[in-house]
Amino acid sequence: MSAVSELEEFRNEVASWLSEHRPPEPDFLLPESFMEVGTDAQFAYLRDWQHKVYEAGYLGMAWPKEYGGRGRPQVFQDIVNAEMAKQKVPFVPNTIGLNWAGPLILAIGTEADKHRYIPGILSAGDIWCQGFSEPDHGSDLANCQTRAVRDGDEYVVTGSKIWTSLGTYAKYMILLARTSPDASSRYAGLSYFLAPMDAAGVEVRPIRKLTGEYGFTQTFFNEARIPASCLMGQEGDGWKIAMMTLTFERGASGGQAGGLAGMAVTVADVVELARTTMRDGRPAIEDPLVRDQLMQFLIEEQGDRLCAVRARIPALCSERPMAIALSGKLRGTEHRRRLNQFAISLQGANGARWVGDADVVAGGKWQRSYFNAFSATIGGGTSQIQANIIGERVLGLPKD
Amino acid sequence: MRLHTSIDFTDEQSMLLDTASNFFRDRSPVATVRTQLSTDSGYDDAMWREMVALGWTGLAVPVEHGGSGLTLAEAVTIAEPMGRALCASPLLSSQLFAQGLVAGGSEAQRFDYLGLVCGGTPATVALFEADGNWDLEQIRCRADIDHGRVRLSGTKTLVNDAAVAELIMVSMMADGAPALVIVKRSELPTGACGRETVIDETRRSFHLNLDGIRVADDRLIVGDAAQLALTAIRDGALLLLSAEAAGGIAGVLDLTVDYLNTRTAFGRKIGSYQALKHTCAEILIGLERARSHLYHSASLVAAGEDSEAALRMAKAESSSAFAFAADRAVQFHGGFGFTYECDAQLYLRRALWLQYAFGDAAHHRRHLARLLLPTV
Repeated sequence: MSAVSELEEFRNEVASWLSEHRPPEPDFLLPESFMEVGTDAQFAYLRDWQHKVYEAGYLGMAWPKEYGGRGRPQVFQDIVNAEMAKQKVPFVPNTIGLNWAGPLILAIGTEADKHRYIPGILSAGDIWCQGFSEPDHGSDLANCQTRAVRDGDEYVVTGSKIWTSLGTYAKYMILLARTSPDASSRYAGLSYFLAPMDAAGVEVRPIRKLTGEYGFTQTFFNEARIPASCLMGQEGDGWKIAMMTLTFERGASGGQAGGLAGMAVTVADVVELARTTMRDGRPAIEDPLVRDQLMQFLIEEQGDRLCAVRARIPALCSERPMAIALSGKLRGTEHRRRLNQFAISLQGANGARWVGDADVVAGGKWQRSYFNAFSATIGGGTSQIQANIIGERVLGLPKD
Repeated sequence: MRLHTSIDFTDEQSMLLDTASNFFRDRSPVATVRTQLSTDSGYDDAMWREMVALGWTGLAVPVEHGGSGLTLAEAVTIAEPMGRALCASPLLSSQLFAQGLVAGGSEAQRFDYLGLVCGGTPATVALFEADGNWDLEQIRCRADIDHGRVRLSGTKTLVNDAAVAELIMVSMMADGAPALVIVKRSELPTGACGRETVIDETRRSFHLNLDGIRVADDRLIVGDAAQLALTAIRDGALLLLSAEAAGGIAGVLDLTVDYLNTRTAFGRKIGSYQALKHTCAEILIGLERARSHLYHSASLVAAGEDSEAALRMAKAESSSAFAFAADRAVQFHGGFGFTYECDAQLYLRRALWLQYAFGDAAHHRRHLARLLLPTV
């Protein structure tokens, strides 16, 4: 059989498995990404779904067999991911494990680490969270104040991490902490841990979001004792490993276990909404003003897709090589926020309803999605900071 | 609503872009642009001859007619830096004439005229009329055919470079359908061609009274060929004007950033104020999206694929981003920005001219909705 027909056959197999086994619609509104999992029912539903996808052989397809993967070429996983997105099945929730911590452990972890952590990441038996951001420092990672002090064969951890997604459900955290406060630079004193969340002295406090839901936690370390074997690499390697994690997070280096990580809202979804909502007694899609606005959003969305393509052609980026990369977050997150805002406006008077109302459009997902969109325009450096970065680092304007 | 996302950019295109960028930076600094604002032709003929010698007039013309046999994607690499330098030349007008001929001209017509265009004979297209309609098929000018002779009537407006063009391709209604007719400069009666005043002072625009002009019917392009020619002209215009606009955004962004890094107010460089800095970031985003749309649509045109949606997006994005960038450039130059001496007005005039040439952003969004949002 030729390689092409083998892949085509695989695509058909995945497609029919997904349509046969997709879980029934729950009677509650699902979250749209791992950052928005706010109730036990949502978590259980998504964890069970990941387990089912993994059992069917469709997660970690390119990871080594000895740790629970399938040892196949990456292209098979890519096909699964694309089919999951196409069929709009629920996402798999262990995102940090599958896509950030897992590839990191496979890249630089010990043999024992790999046997210990990888199978649980894939099956959703062990949920992972990330402990990078701290309450007073936003996304200034190098300013990390959480302390880890070596004491025999343990580290004693003191401090606090914030915006911990899945914090309530996680068994492990990838944790950045300061081991040498007197090191030569702010970067040199940091270390990286695969920390157990059930250690004594770790306290998880859910944060209630603007939507009224829970979905993030603040994690407190009150002289929590974790085994010294949790240290990744050497003391002082923390910054380097954190940066490596970010390259996995941003998809810049491959190796992710795959699976759909979230429900991306696109202009095409809003077009579908405009077909079903009414304006002046006619479908909103027929309203010239709505059509004009939809096309404005589409031109932006397509422009951003094309920017990602052009960024790979150096001759078309020679003047300001970082312009596309450094503007990507601002472009994408602000577009998404405004697109959600617009989607609410298509609902006429029903735009005033909220999640839980019997007559709210689509369960209130657009209203909630608009509110949740702020997590991306604020988290990871606010849009205003992004605009400063573009002004200063791309255009060469003076600092404040 | 599936849209392609390919961008192809060859080494040859990259070299052309470098060459043209250097050429226009050296030969068309803004002081030189200003010296041409009040001349009759609006451009420097010696520079035009150099552009011809570099082969730029024949890039998208088949080899058998004296061109390089490349595509409009190569012409984009000239038009973008030309727009950045606000440089005036009959290049775009001539290219649109050539594209109409390549797509719809008879073998004899192509043989007769394409070689001239490659050799630097200025040519242009006459498409628009007094009502300002952008729809190229809504034509009032008439061509009445009688025993091998064609009698023209009506008036065209906003014809670029008509005073220097030796060849003009004019859209007409012939037997109730759109047609094109090629008119030579020598066939225009005295006084048929009159100068118009347009917002962009680097441009030369004319109205053209066709009454009483008679040409042989071998000058006509009719039927499907006329449709093909009109589509090729529209596509070429959207692509090359988007290229000029993308170049213009880059040019006016440079002007603005330089000023923000120089001018001090209240003891600080004004570029350190976020109200200005953040707006510059917004302008940059417009530039990046515009260039991405531009080179994507150039790739589709070069490959001969359906490019209508991509071209309309490119024109909408680039011309509105340019208009925004130039508007802010005037504002950010403060009192100086209000003067004729400040170069920001040159870009603002160019941006508005481009916005209203071949359809503004709202016009193209309406057509995009027709293409991409069927309601049945």
